[in-house]
Amino acid sequence: MVDLSQYKKDFPILARTVRGGNPLVYLDSGATSQKPEQVISAEGDFYRKHNAAVHRGAHLLAEEASAAYESARENVASFIGAKAEETIFTKSATESINAIAYSFGNSDSSPKLFLTEGDEIVVSEMEHHANLIPWQQLAKRTGAKLRWFEVTEEGRLDLSNLSSLINSKTKIVAITHQSNVLGSITPLKPITEAARAVGALIVLDACQSVPHFKVDVKELDVDFIMFSGHKMLGPTGVGILWGRESLLNEMSPFLFGGSMIDSVTMTDATWAQLPQKFEAGVPNMAQAVGLSAAVDYLNKVGMNNVHQHEIALTKQTLDGLSRIQGVKIIGPVDIKDRGGVVSFTIDGVHPHDVGQYLDQHGIAVRTGHHCAWPLMRKLNLVGTTRASFHLYNTPDDVNKLLSAVSQVQSYFKVTV
Amino acid sequence: MELDSLYQEVILDHYRKPHHKGLQSGFDIQVKHNNPSCGDEVTLNLSISDGVIKAISWDGVGCSISMASVSMMSDLLINQSYENANQILAEFVELMQSKGQSQGNEALLDDAVAFAGVSKFPARIKCALLGWMAYKDASSQLMA
Ligand SMILES: Cc1ncc(COP(=O)(O)O)c(C=O)c1O
Repeated sequence: MVDLSQYKKDFPILARTVRGGNPLVYLDSGATSQKPEQVISAEGDFYRKHNAAVHRGAHLLAEEASAAYESARENVASFIGAKAEETIFTKSATESINAIAYSFGNSDSSPKLFLTEGDEIVVSEMEHHANLIPWQQLAKRTGAKLRWFEVTEEGRLDLSNLSSLINSKTKIVAITHQSNVLGSITPLKPITEAARAVGALIVLDACQSVPHFKVDVKELDVDFIMFSGHKMLGPTGVGILWGRESLLNEMSPFLFGGSMIDSVTMTDATWAQLPQKFEAGVPNMAQAVGLSAAVDYLNKVGMNNVHQHEIALTKQTLDGLSRIQGVKIIGPVDIKDRGGVVSFTIDGVHPHDVGQYLDQHGIAVRTGHHCAWPLMRKLNLVGTTRASFHLYNTPDDVNKLLSAVSQVQSYFKVTV
Repeated sequence: MELDSLYQEVILDHYRKPHHKGLQSGFDIQVKHNNPSCGDEVTLNLSISDGVIKAISWDGVGCSISMASVSMMSDLLINQSYENANQILAEFVELMQSKGQSQGNEALLDDAVAFAGVSKFPARIKCALLGWMAYKDASSQLMA
């Protein structure tokens, strides 16, 4: 196992105590990650020293702020192997997905990118609401049909009907890179090959992948990816939309206003070049700079180390949980193609009560449907308890989780 | 342990053996309430005649707090006058908002004073109120 223990001290929040006077065991990084001092001070320093509206103003601060913002873009772009012009700052992954879903329903976009009746959109049953509802709504607006991959008993994508699901009517395939509930990593190759064969575009929800393992858009044969800064040690309020330059050029913008224009008259306007075309208004500058510091931090630790570390913790969790009576793992038990998210249920105890018991021991987990309600319905569950990791977690965190989980049934007097 | 104030014995008893669970026919109104952040759901059938709560039955899925609360609420409200029921409801809501400062009025709430501990856990208050809000909705529609 790679030893990342030296990094935990960089995260000030991990030094605090929580309920019951216990030290915090933070196992909810799938929802949002904690931030190292380096990120917090980068954001603070921007406000303390350089704050000004980027790309506007004739003064030194505006120059410095613009330089910091654009170099943040370059840094984030190179983190995912992308070009800076193709890397658009948004408020969040949710906004990124909505932005492209909007464009696909807007007749101002080129015909290739405009959906009509008879077209099909393919998603999966394991999507986060953020990568489902925008497509549901797009289907409603355009008359296109929403179709989806199902999930196997084991908690992986069921590709058995791939060849009929992705067909000549398919215009968009929007799929998650890694499930935020099951931890399963999507086997992209067969999907992208099928999509390419019929000329469909591929949208990849990378919210749970980019923060945890190396993602290079040059190696993935996809057209758009999106992720949020706050899940990758960065600040809230900043996300990324990456798209192929040619497609972004053909797409109509989603937000209109300052900074995104080329020229404006009383009755009309034309759009700026990429990436400004998609960045209306004064952007989240301090957050972009904070995200850049998060990227520096991840690069310093090394994404392969992050991944290996999380895989070791995940394996320890899977092994430990499978030995506890009454506990059922929801998602693949096999570590292959699996990331650092482990969902489980405990017989006779509702997830919310499990979470409350763990909280009393200082262990922060997520409970409920994880913004994937259709998946819960499919699996016939009211919810799960979910532990998720990042680089600052330790084997001791997992031991504490396992020990607390093993006491849950007896606390709630479940008779087995 | 702080947690024991939340999970009182009587609450866990109601969770394991809920009262008036299972929807009965012959109701005057049916409402369905859910808690979108956690997925808890309650369907509640209510009959009121001559200003008296004649019957409450319910079904639902949820955590121990939400299920025990609707179970105890049914015990408390059945056979009460609409006015008394409103008073009990108001007392329960006030207890939930008390931030751990109130023991609850046992004369009105009986066993449901056990929920006093919930008021110290802000995230769980909406669990405890789920069934009560369903009742409030159903009864105010009926009495409107
Ligand atoms: C798989 C997945 N997609 C999308 C999102 C939405 O991210 P955000 O809420 O940061 O926009 C999340 C975050 O919960 C997620 O886990």
